Formats: sequence, C-alpha cells, structure tokens
Amino acid sequence: MKEEDCLLKFEIQGGEFLDSGESSAVIKEYLKKIGIPHPFIRRVLIATYEAEMNVVAHAEKGTLCFTIEGETVVVRVHDKGPGIPDIELAMQKGYSTATQEVRQMGFGAGMGLPNMKQNSDTLVINTEVGTGTEVIMEFTL
Amino acid sequence: MKLDVIAEKLSWKLLTKVSLGEIDIETGYSGDLLSDVLANAEPGSLWITIQKHKNILGVAAAKDISAIVITGGIIPDDELVETAEKRDLAVFTTEETAFLTSGKVYRLMEENGV
Repeated sequence: MKEEDCLLKFEIQGGEFLDSGESSAVIKEYLKKIGIPHPFIRRVLIATYEAEMNVVAHAEKGTLCFTIEGETVVVRVHDKGPGIPDIELAMQKGYSTATQEVRQMGFGAGMGLPNMKQNSDTLVINTEVGTGTEVIMEFTL
Repeated sequence: MKLDVIAEKLSWKLLTKVSLGEIDIETGYSGDLLSDVLANAEPGSLWITIQKHKNILGVAAAKDISAIVITGGIIPDDELVETAEKRDLAVFTTEETAFLTSGKVYRLMEENGV
C-alpha cells in the first residue's frame, strides 16, 4: 500500500502517550458516517488502538494508515523502532517488555498483540530487529 | 438504570458539561489496564477506573463507553475534560475507592432490577 492510498493517515510519536489514541475517535466518526455497523467498528477500533499504543510504548515514531479496499478495512502501522525479536513470545497473553512507567499508565499488560489478533480477520507482522515493525490488519465486512 | 439517578445517589461530581439526559446504564466495568478494558468491557458500559490521562478517551471511544467514573479522589487534567466534553462523554470523579464505587453501583442496579 502506498502512502497516498490512505483514506486517513496519522503520525505517531514514540513516548507521547498523552497525544495519542486520537486516531480511534477520528476513524470511529469516519466509519459511523458511512454507515458501518457498530460491532464491526469496535473490532477495528480496538485493534487499531492497540497497534498505535504499541508504537507509542516501544518505537521512536510511526505512521498509521487507514483505508478501505472493497469490503475490507485495512489498517497498516509501520514504525521505526526496536523490532520484535520473538513474535511467538510477543503474541502470548501477558508477555510484555513495557517499562514500569508505561505500565503505571495502564499499558503493557501483554494483551496488545492478542487483542489485535482477536479483533482482526488477518494480522500480518513484518519486523526487523533494530529497524522497525510493520503491522497490517484486515477487517472484512 | 438512568445515569443521572446513579450519579446523584452516589454523589459523584460531573466534570464535563454534557447532558446526562437519557443515558441508560445496563452494565459496568472496573479496570485500570487499558487492554483489559478493551478486551473485556461490554460495549456501553459505565467504566470505573483510577486512570486519569487523556488516553482513556481512546478506549472509551473504541468501546462505546457510556460514562467514566474516576475514583479515589483523583482529578484528571483540564485537557481530558475538554476533549471528553467535545465528544459528549460524561466524566465523573468520586472520593471513594473503585471497590466501594463498583459495589454501590452494583447494589443500586440490582435494587432497580437491572
């Protein structure tokens, strides 16, 4: 997906917890406006929120791209960050490498990736240690 | 059960200037771990938490949370209140703990046949 193909695009700054999470509200309004049913919207928002928070908690910066291809909502998040050394481990509920500070804010429960998997129809993770991570989630209506 | 009735009976302080009007509460969720709330709260829940940063509004948006009650006498910053107001979301504070708040809401709802 090229960046100009995004219907909505958000820049994400690592560590900026207080200025993030806004994409959920914007995407929600967009999907509501075009008449998408609520349960579907919720799935998209939960997974998108988690993906955004992963960038904020772990990466330097990233981009979130939201688009619709036919009957499928596609959310692509790519970041410049540490990458994920062991995806299988990261997918386990309760596993987290978040700092204590991040945990005190209610993040880092080790549920982000499992929540993303549970709420999307397909989840693809491409990651390179020391470079960054790309997450592509699809939700089919 | 009507939110304005619950809020009045439990003496919560409403921080956002929004109309409670017809907001009806059928269930609630108590939790401070945001991913847990995202995964497990019923849509439309009343959310009881001690988290006070702006990010809880993203969780509320995703789960169609009806109202947030911040417990333990914790006061959120003005920015959260402003943003919540723009989204027409009721945010309350109470001096009581999350345990007491949850218990009292549960009892009220039970007494009212919810």
